[in-house]
Amino acid sequence: MAKKRVVSTTINGNQTEFLCEPRQTLLEVLRDTLNLTGAKEGCSNGNCGACTVLVDGRPVDSCLVLAVEIEGADLETIEGVACSEALHPVQQCYLENAALQCGICTPGFIMSTKALLDENSSPSEDDIRFYLAGNLCRCTGYDKIVRAVQDSAELMASNGIDGVQIDR
Amino acid sequence: MRDFEYEAPTALADAVELLAGANGSAKLLAGGTDLIDHVRTGRLEPDLLIDIKKLAELNVLEASDSGLRLGAAVPCYQIYGNEQITSNYSALADSCQIIGGVQIQSRASVGGNLCNSGPAADSTPSLIALGAVCVIAGPNGTREVAAEDFCTAPRQNVLEAGELLVELKFPAPGGKSGSHYRRFIPRNEMDIAVVGVGAAVTLDDSGENFVSARIALGAVGPTPIFAQAAGDALAGQPANDDSIAAAAAAAREVATPIDDMRGTVEFRNHATAVLTERVLKTAIARARGEADGYTIGH
Ligand SMILES: Cc1cc2nc3c(=O)[nH]c(=O)nc-3n(C[C@H](O)[C@H](O)[C@H](O)COP(=O)(O)OP(=O)(O)OC[C@H]3O[C@@H](n4cnc5c(N)ncnc54)[C@H](O)[C@@H]3O)c2cc1C
Ligand code: FES
Ligand code: FES
Repeated sequence: MAKKRVVSTTINGNQTEFLCEPRQTLLEVLRDTLNLTGAKEGCSNGNCGACTVLVDGRPVDSCLVLAVEIEGADLETIEGVACSEALHPVQQCYLENAALQCGICTPGFIMSTKALLDENSSPSEDDIRFYLAGNLCRCTGYDKIVRAVQDSAELMASNGIDGVQIDR
Repeated sequence: MRDFEYEAPTALADAVELLAGANGSAKLLAGGTDLIDHVRTGRLEPDLLIDIKKLAELNVLEASDSGLRLGAAVPCYQIYGNEQITSNYSALADSCQIIGGVQIQSRASVGGNLCNSGPAADSTPSLIALGAVCVIAGPNGTREVAAEDFCTAPRQNVLEAGELLVELKFPAPGGKSGSHYRRFIPRNEMDIAVVGVGAAVTLDDSGENFVSARIALGAVGPTPIFAQAAGDALAGQPANDDSIAAAAAAAREVATPIDDMRGTVEFRNHATAVLTERVLKTAIARARGEADGYTIGH
Protein backbone atom coordinates (compact mmCIF):
# COMPACT_ATOMS: atom_id res chain seq x y z
CA MET A 1 0.00 0.00 0.00
CA ALA A 2 1.21 3.52 -0.80
CA LYS A 3 2.82 5.25 2.17
CA LYS A 4 0.70 7.70 4.09
CA ARG A 5 1.61 11.37 3.65
CA VAL A 6 1.57 14.23 6.11
CA VAL A 7 -0.37 17.18 4.71
CA SER A 8 -0.24 20.65 6.29
CA THR A 9 -3.01 23.12 5.56
CA THR A 10 -5.04 25.85 7.13
CA ILE A 11 -8.64 24.82 7.69
CA ASN A 12 -11.07 27.54 8.71
CA GLY A 13 -8.16 29.61 9.99
CA ASN A 14 -6.56 26.81 12.02
CA GLN A 15 -3.21 25.36 11.07
CA THR A 16 -3.92 21.66 10.60
CA GLU A 17 -1.86 18.57 9.83
CA PHE A 18 -3.27 15.22 8.86
CA LEU A 19 -2.14 11.85 7.56
CA CYS A 20 -3.67 10.46 4.41
CA GLU A 21 -3.14 7.94 1.64
CA PRO A 22 -2.64 9.36 -1.87
CA ARG A 23 -5.87 7.70 -2.98
CA GLN A 24 -8.03 9.49 -0.41
CA THR A 25 -10.14 12.36 -1.64
CA LEU A 26 -10.30 15.61 0.26
CA LEU A 27 -13.96 14.84 1.00
CA GLU A 28 -13.06 11.49 2.57
CA VAL A 29 -10.38 13.04 4.75
CA LEU A 30 -12.59 15.93 5.85
CA ARG A 31 -15.40 13.61 6.84
CA ASP A 32 -13.64 10.46 8.05
CA THR A 33 -10.32 11.73 9.43
CA LEU A 34 -10.99 15.29 10.51
CA ASN A 35 -14.61 14.77 11.57
CA LEU A 36 -15.70 17.77 9.52
CA THR A 37 -18.90 16.20 8.26
CA GLY A 38 -20.54 19.38 6.97
CA ALA A 39 -19.41 18.73 3.40
CA LYS A 40 -21.71 16.01 2.08
CA GLU A 41 -21.22 13.16 -0.35
CA GLY A 42 -23.93 13.14 -2.99
CA CYS A 43 -22.59 11.75 -6.24
CA SER A 44 -18.81 11.42 -5.77
CA ASN A 45 -18.26 12.49 -9.36
CA GLY A 46 -18.44 16.26 -9.49
CA ASN A 47 -22.03 16.66 -10.54
CA CYS A 48 -23.97 17.60 -7.40
CA GLY A 49 -21.79 20.11 -5.51
CA ALA A 50 -22.84 18.79 -2.06
CA CYS A 51 -19.13 18.45 -1.22
CA THR A 52 -18.21 22.04 -2.20
CA VAL A 53 -15.46 23.66 -0.13
CA LEU A 54 -13.25 26.65 -0.86
CA VAL A 55 -9.57 26.06 -1.61
CA ASP A 56 -7.64 29.33 -1.62
CA GLY A 57 -10.99 31.08 -2.00
CA ARG A 58 -12.11 29.03 -5.02
CA PRO A 59 -15.09 26.65 -4.85
CA VAL A 60 -14.15 23.05 -5.68
CA ASP A 61 -15.87 19.69 -5.45
CA SER A 62 -13.88 18.03 -2.66
CA CYS A 63 -14.80 14.59 -4.06
CA LEU A 64 -12.67 15.41 -7.12
CA VAL A 65 -9.61 16.63 -5.22
CA LEU A 66 -7.00 14.36 -3.66
CA ALA A 67 -6.26 15.28 -0.07
CA VAL A 68 -2.50 15.25 -0.85
CA GLU A 69 -3.08 18.03 -3.38
CA ILE A 70 -4.06 20.59 -0.75
CA GLU A 71 -0.65 20.73 0.93
CA GLY A 72 -0.08 24.38 1.84
CA ALA A 73 -3.55 25.51 0.79
CA ASP A 74 -6.04 27.59 2.69
CA LEU A 75 -9.27 25.66 3.10
CA GLU A 76 -12.71 26.90 4.10
CA THR A 77 -15.54 24.54 4.93
CA ILE A 78 -19.12 25.09 6.09
CA GLU A 79 -17.95 24.59 9.68
CA GLY A 80 -16.02 27.87 9.51
CA VAL A 81 -18.79 30.03 8.09
CA ALA A 82 -20.70 30.97 11.23
CA CYS A 83 -19.11 32.63 14.25
CA SER A 84 -19.86 30.88 17.51
CA GLU A 85 -22.85 33.04 18.32
CA ALA A 86 -23.81 34.36 14.93
CA LEU A 87 -24.90 32.98 11.60
CA HIS A 88 -23.25 34.31 8.47
CA PRO A 89 -25.67 36.53 6.50
CA VAL A 90 -25.84 33.87 3.77
CA GLN A 91 -26.91 31.24 6.30
CA GLN A 92 -29.46 33.62 7.82
CA CYS A 93 -30.96 34.37 4.40
CA TYR A 94 -31.20 30.67 3.46
CA LEU A 95 -33.07 30.13 6.74
CA GLU A 96 -35.42 33.07 6.32
CA ASN A 97 -36.23 32.16 2.71
CA ALA A 98 -36.81 28.50 3.57
CA ALA A 99 -34.18 27.74 0.94
CA LEU A 100 -33.67 24.24 2.28
CA GLN A 101 -35.71 21.17 3.06
CA CYS A 102 -33.69 18.04 3.82
CA GLY A 103 -30.54 20.17 3.94
CA ILE A 104 -28.14 17.72 2.31
CA CYS A 105 -27.28 20.18 -0.45
CA THR A 106 -27.20 23.25 1.79
CA PRO A 107 -23.56 23.29 2.94
CA GLY A 108 -22.48 23.11 -0.68
CA PHE A 109 -24.90 25.82 -1.77
CA ILE A 110 -23.76 28.10 1.02
CA MET A 111 -20.08 27.67 0.13
CA SER A 112 -20.82 28.40 -3.54
CA THR A 113 -22.96 31.40 -2.60
CA LYS A 114 -20.15 32.77 -0.44
CA ALA A 115 -17.72 32.39 -3.32
CA LEU A 116 -20.14 34.04 -5.74
CA LEU A 117 -20.71 37.05 -3.48
CA ASP A 118 -16.98 37.42 -2.88
CA GLU A 119 -16.52 37.69 -6.65
CA ASN A 120 -19.64 39.67 -7.49
CA SER A 121 -21.44 41.54 -4.74
CA SER A 122 -24.57 42.29 -6.79
CA PRO A 123 -25.23 39.36 -9.12
CA SER A 124 -28.24 39.28 -11.45
CA GLU A 125 -30.67 36.37 -11.30
CA ASP A 126 -28.96 34.95 -14.39
CA ASP A 127 -25.54 35.28 -12.74
CA ILE A 128 -26.84 33.44 -9.67
CA ARG A 129 -28.42 30.59 -11.60
CA PHE A 130 -25.32 30.19 -13.73
CA TYR A 131 -22.90 30.27 -10.81
CA LEU A 132 -24.91 27.77 -8.81
CA ALA A 133 -25.37 25.36 -11.73
CA GLY A 134 -22.84 22.99 -10.16
CA ASN A 135 -24.99 22.60 -7.05
CA LEU A 136 -28.03 20.39 -7.27
CA CYS A 137 -30.99 20.39 -4.90
CA ARG A 138 -33.44 17.53 -4.89
CA CYS A 139 -36.19 19.09 -2.80
CA THR A 140 -36.34 22.83 -2.20
CA GLY A 141 -36.83 24.26 -5.67
CA TYR A 142 -34.28 26.67 -7.02
CA ASP A 143 -36.44 29.82 -6.85
CA LYS A 144 -36.19 29.97 -3.06
CA ILE A 145 -32.46 29.42 -3.24
CA VAL A 146 -32.09 32.24 -5.78
CA ARG A 147 -34.12 34.54 -3.53
CA ALA A 148 -31.93 33.61 -0.57
CA VAL A 149 -28.84 34.58 -2.57
CA GLN A 150 -30.41 37.87 -3.67
CA ASP A 151 -31.30 38.67 -0.05
CA SER A 152 -27.79 37.69 1.06
CA ALA A 153 -26.34 40.15 -1.43
CA GLU A 154 -28.58 42.92 -0.11
CA LEU A 155 -27.94 42.14 3.53
CA MET A 156 -24.20 42.04 2.95
CA ALA A 157 -24.33 45.31 1.00
CA SER A 158 -25.89 47.04 4.01
CA ASN A 159 -24.32 45.07 6.90
CA GLY A 160 -21.09 43.74 5.46
CA ILE A 161 -20.29 40.23 6.52
CA ASP A 162 -21.11 40.96 10.14
CA GLY A 163 -22.94 38.00 11.51
CA VAL A 164 -26.55 38.02 12.45
CA GLN A 165 -27.06 37.31 16.17
CA ILE A 166 -28.79 34.04 16.77
CA ASP A 167 -32.03 34.49 18.61
CA ARG A 168 -32.03 31.97 21.42
CA MET B 1 -10.43 4.08 -4.65
CA ARG B 2 -7.58 1.99 -6.07
CA ASP B 3 -4.24 2.31 -4.27
CA PHE B 4 -1.68 4.47 -6.09
CA GLU B 5 1.42 6.53 -5.42
CA TYR B 6 1.47 10.30 -5.90
CA GLU B 7 4.31 12.52 -7.06
CA ALA B 8 4.26 16.26 -7.73
CA PRO B 9 7.50 17.08 -9.55
CA THR B 10 8.57 20.70 -9.95
CA ALA B 11 10.85 20.19 -12.98
CA LEU B 12 9.51 19.21 -16.38
CA ALA B 13 12.45 16.83 -16.98
CA ASP B 14 11.58 14.97 -13.76
CA ALA B 15 7.95 14.63 -14.83
CA VAL B 16 8.98 13.21 -18.20
CA GLU B 17 11.40 10.81 -16.52
CA LEU B 18 8.78 9.60 -14.03
CA LEU B 19 6.22 9.14 -16.80
CA ALA B 20 8.59 7.36 -19.18
CA GLY B 21 9.96 5.20 -16.37
CA ALA B 22 6.52 3.99 -15.29
CA ASN B 23 5.95 1.97 -18.45
CA GLY B 24 2.36 2.98 -18.88
CA SER B 25 1.33 2.51 -15.25
CA ALA B 26 1.41 6.26 -14.50
CA LYS B 27 -1.25 8.87 -15.30
CA LEU B 28 -0.85 12.63 -15.33
CA LEU B 29 -3.06 14.61 -12.95
CA ALA B 30 -4.03 18.13 -13.96
CA GLY B 31 -7.38 19.28 -12.52
CA GLY B 32 -8.47 15.69 -11.99
CA THR B 33 -12.05 16.38 -13.08
CA ASP B 34 -11.91 13.53 -15.60
CA LEU B 35 -9.08 11.48 -14.12
CA ILE B 36 -10.16 11.07 -10.49
CA ASP B 37 -13.58 9.75 -11.50
CA HIS B 38 -12.01 7.40 -14.04
CA VAL B 39 -9.73 5.96 -11.35
CA ARG B 40 -12.52 5.76 -8.77
CA THR B 41 -14.76 3.83 -11.12
CA GLY B 42 -11.95 1.52 -12.25
CA ARG B 43 -11.93 2.67 -15.86
CA LEU B 44 -8.26 3.53 -15.42
CA GLU B 45 -5.91 1.56 -13.18
CA PRO B 46 -2.78 3.65 -12.60
CA ASP B 47 -0.15 2.78 -9.98
CA LEU B 48 1.17 6.33 -9.95
CA LEU B 49 -0.42 9.74 -10.40
CA ILE B 50 1.97 12.48 -11.46
CA ASP B 51 0.56 15.87 -10.46
CA ILE B 52 1.67 18.33 -13.16
CA LYS B 53 0.28 21.48 -11.57
CA LYS B 54 3.62 22.40 -9.96
CA LEU B 55 5.44 22.58 -13.30
CA ALA B 56 6.09 26.22 -14.22
CA GLU B 57 5.94 25.47 -17.97
CA LEU B 58 2.39 24.14 -17.61
CA ASN B 59 1.19 27.24 -15.74
CA VAL B 60 2.27 29.84 -18.32
CA LEU B 61 -0.41 32.34 -19.32
CA GLU B 62 1.10 35.01 -21.52
CA ALA B 63 -0.56 37.11 -24.19
CA SER B 64 1.65 39.39 -26.27
CA ASP B 65 1.94 40.81 -29.80
CA SER B 66 3.32 37.50 -30.95
CA GLY B 67 0.34 35.51 -29.68
CA LEU B 68 -0.89 33.59 -26.66
CA ARG B 69 0.96 30.94 -24.68
CA LEU B 70 -1.33 28.84 -22.52
CA GLY B 71 0.16 26.25 -20.15
CA ALA B 72 -1.61 22.91 -20.35
CA ALA B 73 -2.55 22.90 -16.65
CA VAL B 74 -3.99 26.43 -16.36
CA PRO B 75 -7.52 26.08 -14.95
CA CYS B 76 -10.56 27.41 -16.83
CA TYR B 77 -11.37 30.22 -14.38
CA GLN B 78 -7.98 31.82 -14.96
CA ILE B 79 -8.52 31.62 -18.70
CA TYR B 80 -11.89 33.38 -18.83
CA GLY B 81 -10.70 35.72 -16.09
CA ASN B 82 -7.96 37.02 -18.39
CA GLU B 83 -9.01 40.15 -20.26
CA GLN B 84 -6.64 39.59 -23.19
CA ILE B 85 -8.19 36.17 -23.74
CA THR B 86 -11.79 37.35 -23.47
CA SER B 87 -11.15 40.08 -26.01
CA ASN B 88 -8.67 38.49 -28.46
CA TYR B 89 -9.29 34.75 -28.11
CA SER B 90 -12.98 34.91 -27.19
CA ALA B 91 -13.84 31.40 -28.39
CA LEU B 92 -11.43 29.96 -25.83
CA ALA B 93 -13.02 32.01 -23.04
CA ASP B 94 -16.50 30.95 -24.25
CA SER B 95 -15.48 27.29 -23.99
CA CYS B 96 -13.92 27.61 -20.55
CA GLN B 97 -17.00 29.36 -19.16
CA ILE B 98 -19.26 26.43 -19.98
CA ILE B 99 -17.08 23.46 -19.03
CA GLY B 100 -18.95 22.13 -15.98
CA GLY B 101 -19.94 24.57 -13.25
CA VAL B 102 -17.68 26.87 -11.25
CA GLN B 103 -16.37 24.07 -9.05
CA ILE B 104 -15.18 22.21 -12.14
CA GLN B 105 -13.80 25.42 -13.69
CA SER B 106 -11.69 26.04 -10.57
CA ARG B 107 -9.73 22.90 -11.45
CA ALA B 108 -10.34 21.76 -15.05
CA SER B 109 -7.62 22.63 -17.55
CA VAL B 110 -7.74 22.97 -21.32
CA GLY B 111 -4.78 20.58 -21.49
CA GLY B 112 -6.80 17.95 -19.61
CA ASN B 113 -9.82 18.58 -21.82
CA LEU B 114 -7.70 18.04 -24.94
CA CYS B 115 -5.72 15.04 -23.60
CA ASN B 116 -8.86 13.31 -22.39
CA SER B 117 -9.73 13.48 -26.10
CA GLY B 118 -13.48 13.12 -25.86
CA PRO B 119 -15.34 13.88 -29.10
CA ALA B 120 -17.52 16.43 -27.27
CA ALA B 121 -14.72 18.25 -25.41
CA ASP B 122 -15.83 21.87 -25.34
CA SER B 123 -12.45 23.57 -25.69
CA THR B 124 -11.04 21.59 -28.59
CA PRO B 125 -13.11 23.20 -31.40
CA SER B 126 -11.96 26.59 -30.09
CA LEU B 127 -8.31 25.50 -30.10
CA ILE B 128 -8.68 24.35 -33.71
CA ALA B 129 -10.56 27.49 -34.81
CA LEU B 130 -7.94 29.73 -33.19
CA GLY B 131 -5.10 27.83 -34.87
CA ALA B 132 -3.50 26.52 -31.68
CA VAL B 133 -0.34 24.43 -31.82
CA CYS B 134 0.28 21.78 -29.13
CA VAL B 135 3.77 21.73 -27.64
CA ILE B 136 4.60 18.19 -26.50
CA ALA B 137 7.58 17.11 -24.38
CA GLY B 138 8.89 13.57 -24.10
CA PRO B 139 11.99 11.47 -23.59
CA ASN B 140 13.18 12.43 -27.10
CA GLY B 141 12.70 16.16 -26.69
CA THR B 142 9.97 18.51 -27.80
CA ARG B 143 7.68 18.42 -30.80
CA GLU B 144 4.70 20.40 -32.07
CA VAL B 145 1.37 19.18 -33.43
CA ALA B 146 -1.50 21.28 -34.79
CA ALA B 147 -4.60 21.15 -32.54
CA GLU B 148 -6.67 19.63 -35.38
CA ASP B 149 -4.24 16.69 -35.62
CA PHE B 150 -4.08 15.94 -31.88
CA CYS B 151 -7.10 13.67 -31.34
CA THR B 152 -7.05 10.44 -33.34
CA ALA B 153 -10.11 8.49 -32.09
CA PRO B 154 -12.49 8.68 -29.13
CA ARG B 155 -10.25 9.04 -26.02
CA GLN B 156 -7.11 8.64 -28.14
CA ASN B 157 -4.49 11.12 -29.27
CA VAL B 158 -1.03 11.47 -30.73
CA LEU B 159 0.80 11.38 -27.38
CA GLU B 160 3.34 8.56 -27.32
CA ALA B 161 4.49 6.71 -24.20
CA GLY B 162 6.29 9.14 -21.91
CA GLU B 163 4.99 12.28 -23.63
CA LEU B 164 3.01 15.10 -22.07
CA LEU B 165 1.36 18.24 -23.34
CA VAL B 166 3.26 21.31 -22.13
CA GLU B 167 1.44 24.28 -23.64
CA LEU B 168 -0.74 25.57 -26.43
CA LYS B 169 0.56 28.35 -28.65
CA PHE B 170 -1.91 30.58 -30.48
CA PRO B 171 -1.02 33.01 -33.26
CA ALA B 172 -1.98 36.63 -32.56
CA PRO B 173 -5.26 37.42 -34.33
CA GLY B 174 -4.60 39.94 -37.09
CA GLY B 175 -6.63 42.97 -38.15
CA LYS B 176 -10.36 42.81 -37.54
CA SER B 177 -10.73 39.40 -35.94
CA GLY B 178 -13.35 37.70 -33.80
CA SER B 179 -14.15 34.23 -32.58
CA HIS B 180 -16.87 32.31 -30.76
CA TYR B 181 -17.80 28.86 -29.46
CA ARG B 182 -21.22 27.61 -28.54
CA ARG B 183 -22.90 24.28 -28.12
CA PHE B 184 -26.37 22.84 -28.12
CA ILE B 185 -27.45 21.14 -24.89
CA PRO B 186 -31.00 20.49 -23.65
CA ARG B 187 -30.30 22.39 -20.40
CA ASN B 188 -28.79 25.83 -19.92
CA GLU B 189 -25.60 24.57 -18.28
CA MET B 190 -23.78 21.49 -16.92
CA ASP B 191 -24.34 19.07 -19.78
CA ILE B 192 -22.39 17.36 -22.54
CA ALA B 193 -22.51 18.99 -25.98
CA VAL B 194 -24.93 17.42 -28.48
CA VAL B 195 -23.20 19.60 -31.06
CA GLY B 196 -20.53 22.25 -30.51
CA VAL B 197 -19.12 24.73 -33.03
CA GLY B 198 -16.13 27.04 -32.80
CA ALA B 199 -15.17 29.62 -35.42
CA ALA B 200 -12.57 32.36 -35.82
CA VAL B 201 -12.80 34.96 -38.58
CA THR B 202 -10.63 37.77 -39.86
CA LEU B 203 -12.29 40.53 -41.89
CA ASP B 204 -10.74 43.17 -44.15
CA ASP B 205 -10.43 46.80 -43.03
CA SER B 206 -13.94 47.63 -44.21
CA GLY B 207 -15.30 44.84 -42.00
CA GLU B 208 -17.41 43.71 -44.97
CA ASN B 209 -15.35 40.84 -46.39
CA PHE B 210 -13.69 37.73 -45.01
CA VAL B 211 -9.92 37.55 -45.22
CA SER B 212 -9.92 34.11 -43.61
CA ALA B 213 -12.01 31.83 -41.41
CA ARG B 214 -11.53 28.62 -39.47
CA ILE B 215 -14.45 26.46 -38.32
CA ALA B 216 -14.34 23.38 -36.07
CA LEU B 217 -17.07 21.00 -34.91
CA GLY B 218 -17.51 18.98 -31.72
CA ALA B 219 -19.65 15.92 -30.87
CA VAL B 220 -20.40 15.11 -34.52
CA GLY B 221 -17.62 12.61 -35.17
CA PRO B 222 -15.16 10.30 -33.42
CA THR B 223 -12.90 13.30 -32.80
CA PRO B 224 -13.45 17.05 -32.99
CA ILE B 225 -13.51 17.94 -36.70
CA PHE B 226 -11.68 20.74 -38.52
CA ALA B 227 -14.16 21.90 -41.19
CA GLN B 228 -11.33 23.32 -43.23
CA ALA B 229 -13.05 23.62 -46.61
CA ALA B 230 -16.03 25.41 -45.06
CA GLY B 231 -13.73 28.07 -43.63
CA ASP B 232 -11.36 28.31 -46.60
CA ALA B 233 -14.26 28.96 -49.00
CA LEU B 234 -15.10 32.13 -47.07
CA ALA B 235 -11.77 33.83 -47.88
CA GLY B 236 -12.42 36.83 -50.12
CA GLN B 237 -16.23 36.49 -49.83
CA PRO B 238 -18.49 39.23 -48.52
CA ALA B 239 -19.58 38.55 -44.94
CA ASN B 240 -23.30 38.21 -45.56
CA ASP B 241 -26.17 35.74 -45.13
CA ASP B 242 -25.38 33.92 -48.40
CA SER B 243 -21.74 33.23 -47.64
CA ILE B 244 -22.58 32.26 -44.07
CA ALA B 245 -25.30 29.86 -45.26
CA ALA B 246 -22.86 28.29 -47.72
CA ALA B 247 -20.27 27.79 -44.97
CA ALA B 248 -22.92 26.23 -42.72
CA ALA B 249 -23.90 23.80 -45.49
CA ALA B 250 -20.24 22.92 -46.06
CA ALA B 251 -19.69 22.34 -42.32
CA ARG B 252 -22.71 20.04 -42.24
CA GLU B 253 -21.15 18.04 -45.09
CA VAL B 254 -18.12 17.05 -43.02
CA ALA B 255 -20.06 16.15 -39.86
CA THR B 256 -20.23 12.38 -39.32
CA PRO B 257 -22.43 12.10 -36.23
CA ILE B 258 -23.92 9.00 -34.65
CA ASP B 259 -27.32 8.38 -33.10
CA ASP B 260 -27.21 8.21 -29.33
CA MET B 261 -29.32 9.18 -26.33
CA ARG B 262 -28.29 12.82 -26.75
CA GLY B 263 -29.38 13.22 -30.35
CA THR B 264 -30.02 11.60 -33.70
CA VAL B 265 -27.86 11.84 -36.80
CA GLU B 266 -30.52 13.97 -38.47
CA PHE B 267 -30.77 16.37 -35.54
CA ARG B 268 -27.02 16.67 -35.19
CA ASN B 269 -26.53 17.37 -38.88
CA HIS B 270 -29.19 20.05 -38.75
CA ALA B 271 -27.83 21.58 -35.54
CA THR B 272 -24.31 21.66 -37.03
CA ALA B 273 -25.53 23.97 -39.79
CA VAL B 274 -27.64 26.12 -37.46
CA LEU B 275 -24.87 26.55 -34.92
CA THR B 276 -22.26 27.25 -37.61
CA GLU B 277 -24.40 30.14 -38.86
CA ARG B 278 -24.92 31.53 -35.37
CA VAL B 279 -21.30 31.14 -34.37
CA LEU B 280 -20.07 32.83 -37.55
CA LYS B 281 -22.48 35.74 -37.02
CA THR B 282 -21.27 36.24 -33.47
CA ALA B 283 -17.62 35.98 -34.52
CA ILE B 284 -18.25 38.57 -37.26
CA ALA B 285 -19.99 40.93 -34.83
CA ARG B 286 -17.04 40.63 -32.49
CA ALA B 287 -14.57 41.27 -35.32
CA ARG B 288 -16.48 44.44 -36.18
CA GLY B 289 -16.66 45.51 -32.55
CA GLU B 290 -20.46 45.33 -32.58
CA ALA B 291 -22.71 43.94 -29.84
CA ASP B 292 -22.63 40.17 -30.24
CA GLY B 293 -25.97 39.34 -28.61
CA TYR B 294 -24.45 36.30 -26.89
CA THR B 295 -25.65 35.46 -23.40
CA ILE B 296 -23.80 32.62 -21.79
CA GLY B 297 -26.04 29.66 -21.07
CA HIS B 298 -28.75 30.70 -23.55
C1 LIG C 1 -19.45 17.56 -13.42
C2 LIG C 1 -18.58 17.62 -14.64
C3 LIG C 1 -18.95 18.43 -15.71
C4 LIG C 1 -18.15 18.48 -16.84
N1 LIG C 1 -18.54 19.30 -17.86
C5 LIG C 1 -17.81 19.34 -18.99
C6 LIG C 1 -18.23 20.16 -20.07
O1 LIG C 1 -19.26 20.85 -20.00
N2 LIG C 1 -17.47 20.18 -21.19
C7 LIG C 1 -16.33 19.45 -21.29
O2 LIG C 1 -15.68 19.50 -22.34
N3 LIG C 1 -15.90 18.67 -20.27
C8 LIG C 1 -16.62 18.61 -19.13
N4 LIG C 1 -16.19 17.81 -18.09
C9 LIG C 1 -14.99 17.01 -18.24
C10 LIG C 1 -13.70 17.64 -17.65
O3 LIG C 1 -14.01 18.56 -16.63
C11 LIG C 1 -12.88 18.34 -18.71
O4 LIG C 1 -12.53 17.43 -19.72
C12 LIG C 1 -11.61 19.01 -18.13
O5 LIG C 1 -11.18 20.00 -19.01
C13 LIG C 1 -10.47 18.04 -17.85
O6 LIG C 1 -9.37 18.76 -17.38
P1 LIG C 1 -8.58 18.36 -16.06
O7 LIG C 1 -7.51 19.38 -15.89
O8 LIG C 1 -9.51 18.17 -14.92
O9 LIG C 1 -7.97 16.98 -16.53
P2 LIG C 1 -7.56 15.65 -15.73
O10 LIG C 1 -8.78 14.96 -15.24
O11 LIG C 1 -6.50 15.96 -14.75
O12 LIG C 1 -6.93 14.85 -16.94
C14 LIG C 1 -7.70 14.35 -18.02
C15 LIG C 1 -6.89 13.34 -18.83
O13 LIG C 1 -5.86 13.99 -19.55
C16 LIG C 1 -4.59 13.56 -19.12
N5 LIG C 1 -3.76 14.78 -19.05
C17 LIG C 1 -4.06 15.91 -18.33
N6 LIG C 1 -3.13 16.85 -18.57
C18 LIG C 1 -2.24 16.32 -19.44
C19 LIG C 1 -1.07 16.82 -20.07
N7 LIG C 1 -0.62 18.07 -19.83
N8 LIG C 1 -0.38 16.01 -20.91
C20 LIG C 1 -0.84 14.74 -21.16
N9 LIG C 1 -1.94 14.22 -20.60
C21 LIG C 1 -2.64 15.00 -19.74
C22 LIG C 1 -4.79 12.88 -17.79
O14 LIG C 1 -3.83 11.89 -17.53
C23 LIG C 1 -6.18 12.31 -17.97
O15 LIG C 1 -6.14 11.11 -18.66
C24 LIG C 1 -16.97 17.74 -16.92
C25 LIG C 1 -16.57 16.94 -15.84
C26 LIG C 1 -17.36 16.88 -14.71
C27 LIG C 1 -16.94 16.02 -13.55
S1 FES D 1 -20.25 14.55 -3.99
FE1 FES D 1 -18.83 15.86 -4.91
S2 FES D 1 -19.98 16.78 -6.46
FE2 FES D 1 -21.38 15.31 -5.68
S1 FES E 1 -32.76 20.58 0.52
FE1 FES E 1 -32.82 18.46 0.06
S2 FES E 1 -31.44 18.36 -1.62
FE2 FES E 1 -31.62 20.43 -1.32
